[in-house]
Amino acid sequence: MNGIIANLLAALARMTSGANVRWMTDDTRDGQVIYFANHTSHLDFVVLWSVLGKEQRPRTRPVAARDYWEATGVRRYFATRIFRAILVDREGESVGHLRAQLTQLIEALDAGDSLILFPEGTRGTSEGMAEFRGGLYFLARQRPDLGLVPVHLHNLQRIMPKGEFLPVPQLSAVTFGAPLRLEKGEGKEAFLARARTAIEELAPS
Amino acid sequence: MNTTFDTELQWLLGGIIAVLVVATVAGAILARRVTTDSGRAVVDNLIVRTRAWWVMCGVFGIALLTGGAGSVLLFGLISFLALREFITLTPTRHGDHRALLWVFFLLTPAQYLFVWFDWYGMFSIFIPVYAFLLVPTRSALVGETEHFLERTATVQWALMVCVYCVSHAPALLIIDVEGYEGQNAKLLLFLVIVVQGSDVLQYIWGKLFGKHPIVPRVSPNKTWEGFAGGISCATLIGMGLWWATPFAPWQAALMALGISLMGFAGGLTMSAIKRDRGVKDFGALIAGHGGVLDRIDSLLFAAPIFFHLTRFFFGA
Repeated sequence: MNGIIANLLAALARMTSGANVRWMTDDTRDGQVIYFANHTSHLDFVVLWSVLGKEQRPRTRPVAARDYWEATGVRRYFATRIFRAILVDREGESVGHLRAQLTQLIEALDAGDSLILFPEGTRGTSEGMAEFRGGLYFLARQRPDLGLVPVHLHNLQRIMPKGEFLPVPQLSAVTFGAPLRLEKGEGKEAFLARARTAIEELAPS
Repeated sequence: MNTTFDTELQWLLGGIIAVLVVATVAGAILARRVTTDSGRAVVDNLIVRTRAWWVMCGVFGIALLTGGAGSVLLFGLISFLALREFITLTPTRHGDHRALLWVFFLLTPAQYLFVWFDWYGMFSIFIPVYAFLLVPTRSALVGETEHFLERTATVQWALMVCVYCVSHAPALLIIDVEGYEGQNAKLLLFLVIVVQGSDVLQYIWGKLFGKHPIVPRVSPNKTWEGFAGGISCATLIGMGLWWATPFAPWQAALMALGISLMGFAGGLTMSAIKRDRGVKDFGALIAGHGGVLDRIDSLLFAAPIFFHLTRFFFGA
């Protein structure tokens, strides 16, 4: 039942977003990877998740904000049953807290699932991406064999801007880039900057 | 809005199927004979386009045969998809979100409901008057003033072109022509055959003989040779189809000429918009053709003019 709902929802998300999907390399369509994308709209992870293949989708878990997705019963149902989201707190900044959250992500990876991650943390403005938080770097260091796939989401913030409840149907684009890996001796700042550029370079001209 | 499925309608639909069969067979033969890589690309494109034509004609045929409801629904859907492609390319901002929700989910369906209810008076002024005034008001209420006129004007233009103009195609079904009751589906077919035929013929003539582009900065593929050859052929086709219309042969020829000229104007204008926005196609929904707007660009300008000419000269 949840599987059927998930497929219907994915079809609805693809229809609403009119997403034009491009894969720069085919090897990131399947298998375990970490997708990381720019964040501009509530639609982001739903659309990214919806354009994945039928096999890949149930194995891919979005990392989403707990305060938003646990606010109502319906949201909680979708987050836990349909998307199997990993809910994280945005507020808690204590070291122990962050570590607990990252442990959660590592556990999901060790169970064989892929992740969808928004390293900006919060939705950026339409002008450009916010600075990346460190989680992506931590995951890259902990699981160096996994490919980190940059994904550029285009125009979703115009379909569903912050604070709106109904989408205006427009066309969007989802571009999957070539996977990144942490290089030997690469520091946190350098790696995060490289990851950020990798997304920017995928923007449709 | 009832449709009689008479012999003439059958002949028109049969003729379309015959043309598609010829194109499909020609594609298959060319695919065997072609040797060069560039030739292969042209033939592959021809085959993909022909296949898409089968689907489009199938959908259109089914819509037509259901009588009014199917046609109104189909063109309503076309408007919706065209609008979506158009708005994607416009500079609308967050402040226009609510106005756009009105545009997509209320104004567009309303326009087609007026066609369905045969309410000509409202149909003809709803978008130029009511929607025209509502859209900027809703955006102004939000209070985002940056590029306000630019944003509002493009949304209004989108509504006029993608909804108002397109809705004149199914509205052909509500024109009362004496002695032609229940046969208006053939008028719609006449329009679509001439306008799309003119498009295809201009493309073919241009490919074969095209040398002198008309407006190279807008569209290097539109040449004087393609224009002259395509439009005269489409005019002849229209004249040859007079038996399916309320027109005499010379009137059918003039109508077809008008449709083709407006079709050219629509195609050229939409190309200018694409150039300005820096895109090749409006979308990618129809394989080999681009987006919905790329396919119907010539219908946009032809439909309201053909509607008006028919209603003015032949309306009861």
